[in-house]
Amino acid sequence: MGAGHAHRLYRHGHSPVHGLPPHTKLAAVFAFVLIVVSTPREAMWAFGLYALLLAAVAYAARVPAGFVLKRLLIEVPFVAFAVLMPFVARGERVDVLGLSLSVNGLWGAWNVLAKGTLGVAASVLLASTTELRELLLGLQRLKLPPLLVQIASFMIRYGDVIADEMRRMRIARESRGFEARGVRSWGVLAKSAGALFIRSYERGERVHLAMVSRGYAGSMPVIDDVTASRAQWTYAFALPFAALVVCLLGWTL
Amino acid sequence: MHVPDGFIDAPVSVATGAVAAAAVAVSLRGARRELDERTAPLAGLVAAFIFAVQMLNFPVAAGTSGHLLGGALAAILVGPFTGVLCVSVVLLMQGILFADGGLTALGVNITNMAVVTTVVAYAVFRGLVKLLPRKRRSITVSAFAAAVISVPAAAVAFTLIYWIGGTTDVPIGQVFTAMVGVHLLIGIGEATITALTVGAVIAVRPDLVYGARGLTAPLKLRVNGELVDTPAAEPVPVAARSHRGVWLVGLAASLVLAGFVSFYASANPDGLEKVAADKGIDAKAEDHAAADSPLADYGVEGLDNARMSGGLAGVIGVGVTVVAGTGIFWTVRRRRTPETPSSGASPSGTSPSETSSVAPGNSA
Repeated sequence: MGAGHAHRLYRHGHSPVHGLPPHTKLAAVFAFVLIVVSTPREAMWAFGLYALLLAAVAYAARVPAGFVLKRLLIEVPFVAFAVLMPFVARGERVDVLGLSLSVNGLWGAWNVLAKGTLGVAASVLLASTTELRELLLGLQRLKLPPLLVQIASFMIRYGDVIADEMRRMRIARESRGFEARGVRSWGVLAKSAGALFIRSYERGERVHLAMVSRGYAGSMPVIDDVTASRAQWTYAFALPFAALVVCLLGWTL
Repeated sequence: MHVPDGFIDAPVSVATGAVAAAAVAVSLRGARRELDERTAPLAGLVAAFIFAVQMLNFPVAAGTSGHLLGGALAAILVGPFTGVLCVSVVLLMQGILFADGGLTALGVNITNMAVVTTVVAYAVFRGLVKLLPRKRRSITVSAFAAAVISVPAAAVAFTLIYWIGGTTDVPIGQVFTAMVGVHLLIGIGEATITALTVGAVIAVRPDLVYGARGLTAPLKLRVNGELVDTPAAEPVPVAARSHRGVWLVGLAASLVLAGFVSFYASANPDGLEKVAADKGIDAKAEDHAAADSPLADYGVEGLDNARMSGGLAGVIGVGVTVVAGTGIFWTVRRRRTPETPSSGASPSGTSPSETSSVAPGNSA
């Protein structure tokens, strides 16, 4: 994750999914992931259907499969953990290719892999069809405390600025012949981190003063208040509703 | 340590979500007291800083490298409430934007990495700063200790959550050993970097380090050849503040955990009891004196439903603990107040002088 990644997440487009109001999309993704997590792991076909549902959304949003698959790589550390599970879990054991594996652990690994992957794919689709500013607006519409939304928006806006500052410090270090290797260089890197903190904090104070001088009194004015029609809510919730049907089938069958 | 979806089951995810929401709500109030209307820009920029510093790689050896987690650093640099807020916002954005950590596991992640690390780190830090001599070096030493303990503490919290709501039956002892073992190592790295960073900030802007407030020597004036304290302008560094919010939320959380979560907890004997039963250790163990008290063996007599009675016993236990603890705390404080009569006089709440001591230009 290098600097400026915040812009690479979003994939510009004019699909029906892009056009939905952000809070409906956020609510739909949360509901979808919650439903996926509460599906019994024995219903393997249900997860296949969920994946098909997400593929349909990706198709409607015109997000290419390669884009989503590449972003799924973030999951890799937990895949490693899941692979370990069959070896350490308790319970009945089976022999697969000469290895003694726990049945329970195999189910657990499948559970984490399937649900984790679906969750990541859903968030990737959300992030690639919603602009950052819209996402924050959506969080605000979903009644997240305004102060929290403001903090998040400052973090998003200045994240790149701070990361760039860090990059400039790295270039300055390297142009003076510094090369980070081993524990001995931690002192230098920590001093950079300290300097970065001071710069961030002082920038925060300047930003606050600039805001106060423009009439800030603790809350941000809402300029574009997005509202969603009933049709848009229905459209966005088509995904979790379909998932709910699958989930109920998974519990009963 | 970002937990993905499907790792922790749905009821426990919801319960930890409630705990995380309560903690964030308390921190929002607390941060407003720490920073007042500057909260949004300052906390936002500090969150951006934490986000950036997590990308700063510290080479360890032979091509491996680690990075800072930042909970302890945030708590020491900007205070516990703002620290919790910043790390929570970072986690929220990582979950929604980068799919790093599952959305349903957001509660688990915030409870673990934002609340436990920050609170544990700050408690350890505060305690050590009180004990050690009032010097700059003791701030860095305390920062090291705080960070070194906070990371395994988060691992322990994760193990606890996994024990209650894990989806796979991995022996909890193995999870504990693996998690805590790995995180002890990570903790040492985290602690070294945190201490160095805090030291670097203290060297340049000691006034910015929240944990080092009240450490600056009082200003002296030389009047007619002898040193005199500057007159009264000394701001009170930490005014008495109301802990009622924290207290209430803590009480609610423990009641929920004791009553509701123990409902889900296994009714089987715990590890030690089981080992004892298997090995026949308990054959000779005599029932201890409280065995026929109404709460014996965590159940309420006269209730048939084992889970109901267990939950009720948990709630009563928390109640008794809180009452006893409050009683002790109250007596200790009563005993202490006659020595410092002025502390009772200043009312709890936000005096304007408390917040204006940070930076010269903030009262614009």
